[in-house]
Amino acid sequence: MSDVVEKTLTALPSLLSLDSQPGSAKLSSTSKLGNLIRGITELTSKHEEEKLIQRELTSIKEQMSSPSTSMRQMKELMVRAIYCEMLGYEASFTYIHAIKLAQQGTALEKRVGYLAVSLFLNESHELLLLLVNTVLKDLQSTNLIEVCMALTVVSQMFPKDMIPAILPLVEEKLNHPKEIIRRKAVLALYKFYQIAPNQVQHIHNKFRKALCDKDPGVMTASLHIYLQMIQENPEGYKDLTASFVTILKQVVGGKLPMDFNYHSVPAPWLQIQLLRILSLLGKNDQSTSEIMYDVLDESLRRAEMNHNITYAILYECVKCIYTIHPKSELLEKAAKCIGNFVLSQKINLKYLGLKALTYVVQQDPKLALQHQMTIIECLDHPDLIIKRETLELLFRITNAQNVTVIVEKMLEFLQLNEDDYTTTDLVGKVAELAEKYPYNEWFIETMNTVFSVGGDMMQPDIPNGFLKLLSEGFDSVEEDRKLRQFAVDSYISLLQGETGKLPQRFLQVISWVLGEYAHLRTDLEPATVLRLLSKLLDSKNTSSETKSWVLIAMTKLCDGRTGISAAQEVSETYSSSLDTVLRQRAQELQHLSQDSELRDRVLPRDTGLEPPEVDSSLSFLDGFVSEALAAGAAPYKPPHQRQEELAQAKTLSLEPYSLSLPISMSSCSITDRQSPTLLSISSGLSGDSMDLSHKGGSTTLKLDGVKRVWGRDGYLAQRESVEEAAKVEVPSPLHSASEQGEAEGAHSQNPTPTPTPEPEQEKQQLASSLFVGLGSQSSVCLMGKAEPNPQRFRRKAKSPSLSSGPSEPTSNSIISSPSTVDNLLCNNLLDSNITSGASQDPPPELSQDLSTANGTCDVEFTDRDEEEREPSLIKDNGVIAHEDKDRPKDLCLSSHLPAELSGCSCSEIIPLCSHQSLHLSACHVQRDEFLVLVVFIYNSSDSDVQQILLELESDQLQVSCVCESPVQEVSGDSVAVCQYTLTVRRPSVHVEVAGVVSYTSQTTESTQFSYKLPLTSFIRPLTVSTEEYGTMWLAFSNDTKQNLTLISEDQESLTASLNVLKRKLQLHVVEIIGMEGIVACRVLQDQPCLMHCRVHAGSLAVWLRSPVPDLPDCLIYHCQRALQEH
Amino acid sequence: MCRGGVGRLISSGGEKTVFSSKMQFMLLFSRQGKLRLQKWYVPLSDKEKKKITRELVQTVLARKPKMCSFLEWRDLKIVYKRYASLYFCCAIEDQDNELITLEIIHRYVELLDKYFGSVCELDIIFNFEKAYFILDEFLLGGEAQETSKKNVLKAIEQADLLQEEAETPRSVLEEIGLT
Repeated sequence: MSDVVEKTLTALPSLLSLDSQPGSAKLSSTSKLGNLIRGITELTSKHEEEKLIQRELTSIKEQMSSPSTSMRQMKELMVRAIYCEMLGYEASFTYIHAIKLAQQGTALEKRVGYLAVSLFLNESHELLLLLVNTVLKDLQSTNLIEVCMALTVVSQMFPKDMIPAILPLVEEKLNHPKEIIRRKAVLALYKFYQIAPNQVQHIHNKFRKALCDKDPGVMTASLHIYLQMIQENPEGYKDLTASFVTILKQVVGGKLPMDFNYHSVPAPWLQIQLLRILSLLGKNDQSTSEIMYDVLDESLRRAEMNHNITYAILYECVKCIYTIHPKSELLEKAAKCIGNFVLSQKINLKYLGLKALTYVVQQDPKLALQHQMTIIECLDHPDLIIKRETLELLFRITNAQNVTVIVEKMLEFLQLNEDDYTTTDLVGKVAELAEKYPYNEWFIETMNTVFSVGGDMMQPDIPNGFLKLLSEGFDSVEEDRKLRQFAVDSYISLLQGETGKLPQRFLQVISWVLGEYAHLRTDLEPATVLRLLSKLLDSKNTSSETKSWVLIAMTKLCDGRTGISAAQEVSETYSSSLDTVLRQRAQELQHLSQDSELRDRVLPRDTGLEPPEVDSSLSFLDGFVSEALAAGAAPYKPPHQRQEELAQAKTLSLEPYSLSLPISMSSCSITDRQSPTLLSISSGLSGDSMDLSHKGGSTTLKLDGVKRVWGRDGYLAQRESVEEAAKVEVPSPLHSASEQGEAEGAHSQNPTPTPTPEPEQEKQQLASSLFVGLGSQSSVCLMGKAEPNPQRFRRKAKSPSLSSGPSEPTSNSIISSPSTVDNLLCNNLLDSNITSGASQDPPPELSQDLSTANGTCDVEFTDRDEEEREPSLIKDNGVIAHEDKDRPKDLCLSSHLPAELSGCSCSEIIPLCSHQSLHLSACHVQRDEFLVLVVFIYNSSDSDVQQILLELESDQLQVSCVCESPVQEVSGDSVAVCQYTLTVRRPSVHVEVAGVVSYTSQTTESTQFSYKLPLTSFIRPLTVSTEEYGTMWLAFSNDTKQNLTLISEDQESLTASLNVLKRKLQLHVVEIIGMEGIVACRVLQDQPCLMHCRVHAGSLAVWLRSPVPDLPDCLIYHCQRALQEH
Repeated sequence: MCRGGVGRLISSGGEKTVFSSKMQFMLLFSRQGKLRLQKWYVPLSDKEKKKITRELVQTVLARKPKMCSFLEWRDLKIVYKRYASLYFCCAIEDQDNELITLEIIHRYVELLDKYFGSVCELDIIFNFEKAYFILDEFLLGGEAQETSKKNVLKAIEQADLLQEEAETPRSVLEEIGLT
């Protein structure tokens, strides 16, 4: 049927080619829209326009509501309404008509109706619900155009709760013969994935099929989904790396149809998308990165043409090269590329060059050194955005030596800048730098500027941080005292001047500091300070919040006779204030000033910042509560319980749409919760990266990561030798000249070695002060300064082969599948070019192949922990034997497993890292009450390795060493074993232990590793009775609900499913009553989680509760996996 | 009505570094500051849309010709380009690629040009719905949907044909028995 439509559509253009150009702009001179537009242009004042439009809208409204208006007229009216809205006049009365038009109109009217809907409404608009039926109908239409229109609107906006209603139809369209339909269907699924990832979880294999689509457009569309998914979970898609590389190779090689060229560059959008995906996959992963080196090199080489589009690709390429595991050749080429950008005369390219430089400069500070003169010119650039980006760059290369100059430049910019957002951002950065390098006077002065410029717009944590820093102090008591004294001096002199213009926040800071530390200046009369403070109280500009700060400060200060009298005077004025807070402060001031003993107890001096004890359980209110209860008050219900009752009270039945969405799963619980995978990512981010995360993707870029990444492959050494030459006080012109020799426009920028004219000299001076300490020496000192961020040091323990034992047969498909994909992709892409479909494999097979490949990978992973495998099994297993090269002594390692652990369920032994002759491997052993991580240290050389220090840490886990005295040395060719017990501190779907091992053989060495294990290893059954379960259930506050697939359809499905969970996840089934079951488990150590299951509409509605946040989310993820893989 | 709002837009750079190539919105306006086309890919309230439009139009019009085509605006990047009397202006996220966005604008202009036949501002004023249709065929939900010029125009022409056909109610399609 649709075939016929297709044929018609392809035939139509030729039929109607007589018609002039399709879009021949008929200027609709006679149309009503035309009249309206012309009418508006003739008007002279805004007021007249308003009147005209209001008249127009009234007439539109009238006609729209008239029953005699045909759909065709309605379409015309709608276009006019859109126009009025664009001019900024509200026409919300038309929204409902837009939906009606989409619903009732024929094709062309429908098109306008859908367009109006997409322009007028947004995702959360309630009217959108009315569109669902129309979309449903159109998706089933035999008319291709209608299907296209429906998919187009769905890809832009759709009510989240209604996705299940149309999901099967959209999925079906993935098999549509027309590529435009397939492409739009993929984009619709992408939209669903963005707004409700849970709901498309089960169709991941279809995404793979889309990726292998023979039409490049469909394939490109699927990359949007992949980019997003890989971003959330790069580990899950490593097997696709080779396929992405192959696609990119073909695109770069010009294998796509010419249609996809843009200014004779093959499919640039596709290239960029692929480069982004590759950079995510190759990040912190050497073996994956190695797969892509060739194609990156080729991309760099091919992108030669002098056109914006090639620069766009180059930029993405450079970013990718600097994100993945480094390769020196590529880095050099990328650096040259950045040079070309920076030195370009085109301002857009220069900007992008600076941006790229900012991105890479923390890995390679010397790159900034090469371009120092350009950077300095950019600092004085007339276009503020160039200046701004330059400051961003300088911010990244700040060190102890250049911080004052850089901060000065930033403050200069702040004086010019008028945009509030930029000011807030920049002020935050200055404050951050100042706090990092608090050099007494400079620090206080800089912060003064920050406070006065940043004013009341700046982030509240800046003044808070400053005060905290000041009160906690640094290492030396003497220095602290000086710093505080200087602050006091500086504020006193500020208060003596004009205070009217000082921002409130600043005044608050001043008040606090004076209150706390004015006494440090013994020569300062408290009365003087009090007088200055009370002057603030009298000022009209002072807000009442600030006034209460001032009053508190005065309370602290009112010493002596003059003090008391001043205090009395002030407190009298304010004790009758209408502001209750002020009144309270005034009362405090009054009482405390009279009783100095009491004051010393309430406001003790110099106690540091010991937090007062807070009774968080509010037990002192118990009496009050029981009295209230006795008096007949309703008992307190926690919010979740209230919500539940509320939900039960007004259940909106979604029954007709219950494809995968149960009633109990209220929309808020689905949507506002992150998927477990996301959770694990976000929880991995360290909290203190607030500043740098402004620049996206930059969490990886803090300075301290540099050395480690570059260490061993000799690259650092090479660079350092270049660096050595450049490390003179004044930048060596020779150096930059040689480095930039090939760069475009280099001559104009390069400082000449001959004596330089005045301004040049100035610049050079500036350069030397800005770029000082960017050498290797100072990077050491930088590293000392920067906060440690272990997250970045972690490198995945990449085992050469994941497979062993029982999963051996499937592992074949893991290894072979990428190449299958390659071939197919290759075929497909070529097919669309040269038509030779003969050798093409049937697509269904392919998708199966792919899905199993992905599946097995996961199964294998979980299997490892769940299989009750005896250590002897591993020992006798011949499979691993041939992998001996990379994993020395695997066979024997298991025999080193401590005797007390043998017989327990033990995971496969995985190599962690190898460094010279030292090889680390690990496995985990499940005991009843804890989990033991066993680390094997194998020394393959003949000589002894000494002073071994193994440090483990984890965000999510509590790690403690079992042995009394940890291993210190390993003699030649032998194995040492360390044991650690692990318990969960913060649940996450997968938890990870990161470690550093340092040791001495000839020299002192260190290397990092990480070990990842699923949460399931920590789950133990929790044996409770039904009654106990009941009480616990009510007490737990964190919950989550989701529908899972039952493993079978029959009567016993509940029991069977629960048994699977019991077997795979070690859950304890408390009781099964009819169609409901209750299950309990705990996560080591003693973190209970309860689960309530109910069979409903063919699926298993699961409700989890726990006192531990995130635990229900993580557990449901594993339950889902367990059932899916069954 | 709008949950996210500019606040969300602005703070999104904060804790999570989710990077998407998604465009946030596209505006077309004339040298006189008159809005000619607006497409929002993030949900915002009308009030916010108006405010953003007003601020951006002002900022962009104040730029000098030789200046950079990129702008920082709140936590977004604005990429703009002027074609004759019209400014095309896109907002992307900070970590996104500005140059490719510039080329997206250019490709859109090419599409308009091909469709209208040397396009001018008047074409877009009087046929703005057509300009929207082309945009929707090229960018969907803020992502490049179809980058082949031929394919975009083919899709538009096919839909247009229905439009022409519908002048005589129910088209050839119906006659073949497709209803």
